[in-house]
Amino acid sequence: MATPSTDSPRPKRTKETLERVTIRFAGDSGDGIQLSGNQFTMATAMAGNDLGTLPDFPAEIRAPAGTLPGVSNFQISFSEKTIHTPGDAPDVLVAMNPAALKVNLKDLIPNGTIIVNSDNFAAANLKKANYAVSPLEDGSLSAYRVVQIPINELNLKALESSPLPKKERDKCRNFYALGVIYWLYDRPLEPTLDWIAGKFAKNADVVAANQTALRAGYNYADTTEIFTQSYVVRRAQLPPGTYRNITGTEALVLGLVTGSQLAGTPIFYGSYPITPASDILHELARHKNFGVMTFQAEDEIAAVCAAIGASYAGAIGITGTSGPGVALKGEAIGLAVMAELPLVIINVQRAGPSTGMPTKAEQADLLQAVVGRNSECPACVLAASTPADCFEVAIEAIRIATKYMTPVFLLSDGFLTNSSEPWALPDITKLQKITIDHSAVPGEFKPYQRDPETLARPWVIPGMAGFEHRIGGLEKEDITGNVSYDPFNHEKMTRTRAEKIRRIAQDFPPTKILGDPSGHLLVIGWGSTYGAITSAVENVQAKGKKVSAVHLRHVWPFPADLGEILKRFDTVLVPEMNLGQLRMLLRGEYGLPVIGMSKVQGRPFTIGEIQRKIEDLI
Amino acid sequence: MATITAPPATMTKPTRKDYESDQEVRWCPGCGDYSILAQMQRVCADLGLPRENLVFVSGIGCSSRFPYYMNSFGFHTIHGRAPAIATGIKCSRPDLQVWVITGDGDGLSIGGNHMLHTLRRNVDLKIILFNNRIYGLTKGQTSPTSEMGKISKSTPIGSIEHPIQPVSFAVAAEATFVARTVDSEPKHLQETLKRAAEHKGTAFVEVFQNCNIFNDGAWDYLVAKDVRDDKLLELKHGKPMIFGKSLDKGLRLNGYRLEVVTLGDGVSEKDLLVHDETIEESSLAYMLSREERPDLPMPIGVFRNVTHPTYDGLLKSQIDDYTAKRGKGDLKKLIHSGQLWTVD
Repeated sequence: MATPSTDSPRPKRTKETLERVTIRFAGDSGDGIQLSGNQFTMATAMAGNDLGTLPDFPAEIRAPAGTLPGVSNFQISFSEKTIHTPGDAPDVLVAMNPAALKVNLKDLIPNGTIIVNSDNFAAANLKKANYAVSPLEDGSLSAYRVVQIPINELNLKALESSPLPKKERDKCRNFYALGVIYWLYDRPLEPTLDWIAGKFAKNADVVAANQTALRAGYNYADTTEIFTQSYVVRRAQLPPGTYRNITGTEALVLGLVTGSQLAGTPIFYGSYPITPASDILHELARHKNFGVMTFQAEDEIAAVCAAIGASYAGAIGITGTSGPGVALKGEAIGLAVMAELPLVIINVQRAGPSTGMPTKAEQADLLQAVVGRNSECPACVLAASTPADCFEVAIEAIRIATKYMTPVFLLSDGFLTNSSEPWALPDITKLQKITIDHSAVPGEFKPYQRDPETLARPWVIPGMAGFEHRIGGLEKEDITGNVSYDPFNHEKMTRTRAEKIRRIAQDFPPTKILGDPSGHLLVIGWGSTYGAITSAVENVQAKGKKVSAVHLRHVWPFPADLGEILKRFDTVLVPEMNLGQLRMLLRGEYGLPVIGMSKVQGRPFTIGEIQRKIEDLI
Repeated sequence: MATITAPPATMTKPTRKDYESDQEVRWCPGCGDYSILAQMQRVCADLGLPRENLVFVSGIGCSSRFPYYMNSFGFHTIHGRAPAIATGIKCSRPDLQVWVITGDGDGLSIGGNHMLHTLRRNVDLKIILFNNRIYGLTKGQTSPTSEMGKISKSTPIGSIEHPIQPVSFAVAAEATFVARTVDSEPKHLQETLKRAAEHKGTAFVEVFQNCNIFNDGAWDYLVAKDVRDDKLLELKHGKPMIFGKSLDKGLRLNGYRLEVVTLGDGVSEKDLLVHDETIEESSLAYMLSREERPDLPMPIGVFRNVTHPTYDGLLKSQIDDYTAKRGKGDLKKLIHSGQLWTVD
């Protein structure tokens, strides 16, 4: 390979305009993959594209360098049109070592581009990735466009005059690689140059070296003939506004803090470390100047119990976990149902029963949320559909929990929590306040005297003189709240608790339908499948074919108009990352035939998978 | 903090009656729980505790019915979890006085983990553990404090479990206030509860309590009228450890072991252990809770009473300090943080 000299004339190359590009960065954690991905994302946001990202970390904390389990990925899809997912299959794979190539090659599109750091394909690297022969030399990659760049060597050469020790200069290689990709996709360097300047502000040599590496990579791609063309993805027509890129976890946490502020009531977050929910605790703990109380409990049960205690005392009790943690919290959630106290339970769902695949995504805790407790124990269940949607759903969960005096499940998953998208920042002055009412009539106070409209009982809290009373997990007598074993009272209370949850639906807006309000095929989903379903439906619609979609945020109770909508379609398809849990609920509730579509591989549906199924059905 | 809408009430010279709820007390006649309830109500009256700021939290078991009988706020929760629920209450509302009512099964078996962590955190809760050495509500199974060999419904040919000693557990878990009292000693019980109420931090009080249905007389070998003077040693801060009907016996440290000596014959009060509940180092409190030998008396009273920062206090001051340092949270600023861009 020719090493370019900086004074050689720029080769003439064409610029091709693409509608959408999906790139996957892959390498060791030491290659700074997540950092590179985030920087590319920011540059892409600045370039005005719509985008979606999906980081994919290894389960092992520090797997040996260069090995297959140590591979860390970051995928970004960006487009001149509105997109809803981080892309099905990457068009471009940037592989910093043989292990990264081996792990990701199967996902690349046919004829896709592979950019490798050829300096990392020595015998030792190949052995760690279980390659007998270098894939760069044995012809096994002949179906792809392979671009080999000796990044380590070029990077060190570009940094010859840096005073940093070699080890430090070597670390800049991810910015060198990033510079190459920036040229290839016409990204602006400024956001990353600025970020470097801020990040390493304390060390001017580090700033200079990283910035030099980024520029050198860019210039290298610009001046050599290694690429025959570069690509342009035009600005997307995003609605006007101020944007930031946001992950599901960040949006969820901002939503909880915002809900607390709208309610004028502090939140108490009880949690026990569990993948992939721990980041919520980490993020919330940083916002104590919003009055946020965080409590790392001794176990899952204590986490939910402390949250229930906080609600009892007048704060907004919240607990966050993943499916195994919800299983442990079940009895306490029953107490909150019985005591009729506000409680938000966040479940960042992960794959498999027991320990399963903790870092991988699934949507198989729906039935657990709806019915997974002893006896008749109804609760409200909400599901976030995109990373940014977590913000709104978190606020709504607090609103419902405090208005109806009930536990509310907020379902997210391992995909939503880590992936990101541009978020049009809301005008907080326009968000509806959450009314918290602790008042009650003195002298006539009855703990279970309900609001006739919502059926919520009064949220009277300790400290209110004259309102002293006792509640608990034993069955309550209607109105007085005294312990009661009366058979008819128990039936009345059981039905009342169920009816209270059903009445939450009166607050839901009319269900939005993507496409015609009636017809042959309706695709209905919930949670993080939103992006893939919406894209698939839009693709089919763009071909002039009829298909409609509904995506549920309110999973339990169902929206009041849902039954009527379903009846207007001949066929209803439910794609979900489980073996048919929403399908079971829809069949049970409406007695309609519903077709299921399942995927339980620990990763999201692709657009193509759903699109093919839709096209089969129409 | 939550907003309180009702004005606080002031009681002038409250009496025990002011703390009795309208609920009929439903423990078995003769149960030791009656005595604890009565003394609790007296202590509340003596201290003039505002009812609206009092919260009694319980788990499951006979003792856990307690909150229903107190005219205060009460929360009868689930088995073993009262310390965790009370932690959430106290952290959210440090203005409240929060009591946890639990038993040997509730607090040391199913809820053992919560008890351990609540004690080590030093949440400002008052925990009363009713120890009757049996599961009463479920009708007579062996409990974590039942003695080895115990014949019960679940152990018809004898328990093969070594029991846990509640005071040892609490001391080992770094509790800042640890005491033991007896249901049949009303004055001592009342005094101990009062001291617990006044402690800032987790106060742990074990009460020897008689279950006259499933484990009648379990503590008689220590507390029966005819033996109590020789079997119970009342710990008093700053006082030598003396006991016995004629107050002629004392406890002395011999090497690493406690021994009983008789005063006179060359042994004077100066030779006896002097109780100091305030020592940071908890070995003496632990030692006093450990040895159960026929020749040794059973200590009652306050084993340990030290002052440490409370968890709820630290949580609040951390929020206050961070807010003072960073400024009160500005929601708009928070949402508009990170790298932003504008689409026109």
